[in-house]
Amino acid sequence: MNVHAPSLRSGPDADGHFGAFGGRYVAETLMPLILDLEKAYRAAQVDPAFKAEFDYLMTHYVGRPSPMYFAESLTDHLGGAKIYLKRDELNHTGAHKINNCIGQILLAKRMGKTRIIAETGAGQHGVATATVAARFGLPCVIYMGARDIERQAPNVFRMKLLGAEVRAVESGSRTLKDAMNDALRDWVTNVDDTFYIIGTAAGPHPYPELVRDFQSVIGHEAREQIQAAEGRLPDMLVAAIGGGSNAIGLFHPFLDDASVRIIGVEASGHGIDSGAHAASLAGGRAGVLHGNKTMLLQDEDGQIAEAHSISAGLDYPGIGPEHAWLHSIGRVEYQSATDAEALEAFKLLCSTEGIIPALEPAHALAAVMRIAPTLAKDQVIVMNLCGRGDKDIFTVADALGVTLK
Amino acid sequence: MSDRLSARFAACAAEGRAALVTFVTAGDPDMTTSAEILRALTAAGADIVELGMPFTDPMADGASIQLGNIRSLGSGTKLRHVLAMVAEFRKTDDATPIILMGYFNPILAYGCARFAVDAKAAGLDGTIVVDLPPEEAAELVPDLTAHGLHLIRLATPTTSAARLPRVLDGASGFLYYVAVAGVTGANAATPTDVADAVARLKRSTDLPIAVGFGVRTPEQAAAIAATADAVVVGSAIVDVIGSAAAERANDIPARVGTLVAGLAAAVRGARQKDKAA
Repeated sequence: MNVHAPSLRSGPDADGHFGAFGGRYVAETLMPLILDLEKAYRAAQVDPAFKAEFDYLMTHYVGRPSPMYFAESLTDHLGGAKIYLKRDELNHTGAHKINNCIGQILLAKRMGKTRIIAETGAGQHGVATATVAARFGLPCVIYMGARDIERQAPNVFRMKLLGAEVRAVESGSRTLKDAMNDALRDWVTNVDDTFYIIGTAAGPHPYPELVRDFQSVIGHEAREQIQAAEGRLPDMLVAAIGGGSNAIGLFHPFLDDASVRIIGVEASGHGIDSGAHAASLAGGRAGVLHGNKTMLLQDEDGQIAEAHSISAGLDYPGIGPEHAWLHSIGRVEYQSATDAEALEAFKLLCSTEGIIPALEPAHALAAVMRIAPTLAKDQVIVMNLCGRGDKDIFTVADALGVTLK
Repeated sequence: MSDRLSARFAACAAEGRAALVTFVTAGDPDMTTSAEILRALTAAGADIVELGMPFTDPMADGASIQLGNIRSLGSGTKLRHVLAMVAEFRKTDDATPIILMGYFNPILAYGCARFAVDAKAAGLDGTIVVDLPPEEAAELVPDLTAHGLHLIRLATPTTSAARLPRVLDGASGFLYYVAVAGVTGANAATPTDVADAVARLKRSTDLPIAVGFGVRTPEQAAAIAATADAVVVGSAIVDVIGSAAAERANDIPARVGTLVAGLAAAVRGARQKDKAA
């Protein structure tokens, strides 16, 4: 590539903008808090002790590096490109969410905060937050939509076992966006002692940046591992996108590698045309919600629409601002997968590889199933298997018409 | 045309009292009733009206105003209906300042330039955009300024002395002091804390200081009116609308009027009591 081209990895700018997206759209009460957070993060970034503690916990607590696994049986079945799975579902707590939570709780500790709050959709981020709060001995409140509590009972119980208080959010659509509203309401009320661990690469600056940085451990490992396995960079990266933290974590270290095709997969629910989906790039417009400007599902009057996906973790009407920007400049290609396609992918990974994936990466796999057979056998795809499916067996059983007792 | 806000603040100051600012969500519980409520507010003694633009995700609002937003959106309220209601109100009242309060996304969807043109034409005086801090305000301010509309700035208990100049830079109309860190209608600040904050802000600005968040009763309003230039009451009024709407009552404007009359009397008497004592 042209070495003089500006790097795509240098964002955001000083005010937290990625092109026309990002920024700091918060109530004045919160402004001093996010400015403090930015200051603390800048100091941590240049503190070798912070990085050393993060790395230590990644290795010994999370279990990193996660394997880069050549899915030979899946590759044979699809009959095209070689498919590698970045096994972030093997992390402690079963998903990529823990990477970010470790980073943020170390920041909280650094800032002298004594109380942790978080929002959660599928419950993976809630579990990861409850986990690090337990590990560091801080009280923790998790906001979770009442509807998500119904469909993610095992994770609710996990959070409680870990000592977190789970508060059911009954407002709005009773899902992830409403949980985020209530977490912001908590934060604006408890400004002195509370650290808000946002679970995805969204929200007011500096959250999209710092979440991306903590999750980039995925992409940095993947770069080394695939070069060790194949002697070269992959031809394609694929990851599922709700807010987009696992995807940006994998993608970011490769953004300047023009030879690497990068594909993000949104959840199209019952289909984009049905209106019941969570694909904010394919079906949304630019707007402001939850502290950032990004692509949002909304009506013509700027009211936020309810998202739909079989996967609670993708059931959000927005997307991280860096993805909105990468979409606008065309560096990353965004596709979508329906509930039905994700279920087929879920079943395929169970039967070919003996791996039960979460419904979120099952969307990424649905795209891989479409693309891999069209590529030559010497092509290499790396897909982020960002979560395991234990939490989803009830949802899947329901979708397949199986009654569990 | 003279500025309705400065004229109204001057008139209240001449009477030796604070202004009463009342908040309701436009279209709560429906547009027809809301228009009647708007007239009831001013008839009962509200000096300035803050009109909430309903939004699906009112992140800085407590339960009362969240429910007001849901009732309004449920009855089909759009931003253009809210502007039309203001225009209709202006036919009979060209003096009471009306400030639109809400979140940025509905304005962005409407278009900032188009919003400024239509808001001015409807007879609005300014807007408070909760999630548009000074750092992002450049997106809206030029359009508002071009049409003589105020973007009301907010100061809060977390606004440090170092940050205050940023908040005041470009502020106009009045300064809204959010008395407690929290959502609307929840906790209340102590009168001493409010008096200290108002005194601190007055050292940095000549703008009138309006104080809101957590002010629900005539007693609380009077305590704040003793020192601030204006006191804002919202959730208590929205609660009256909510419970009356739940009963399907047909006298919602009258009930609102009764509550506001009590608040207005308290605000008007606040400094007399001081003088008597």
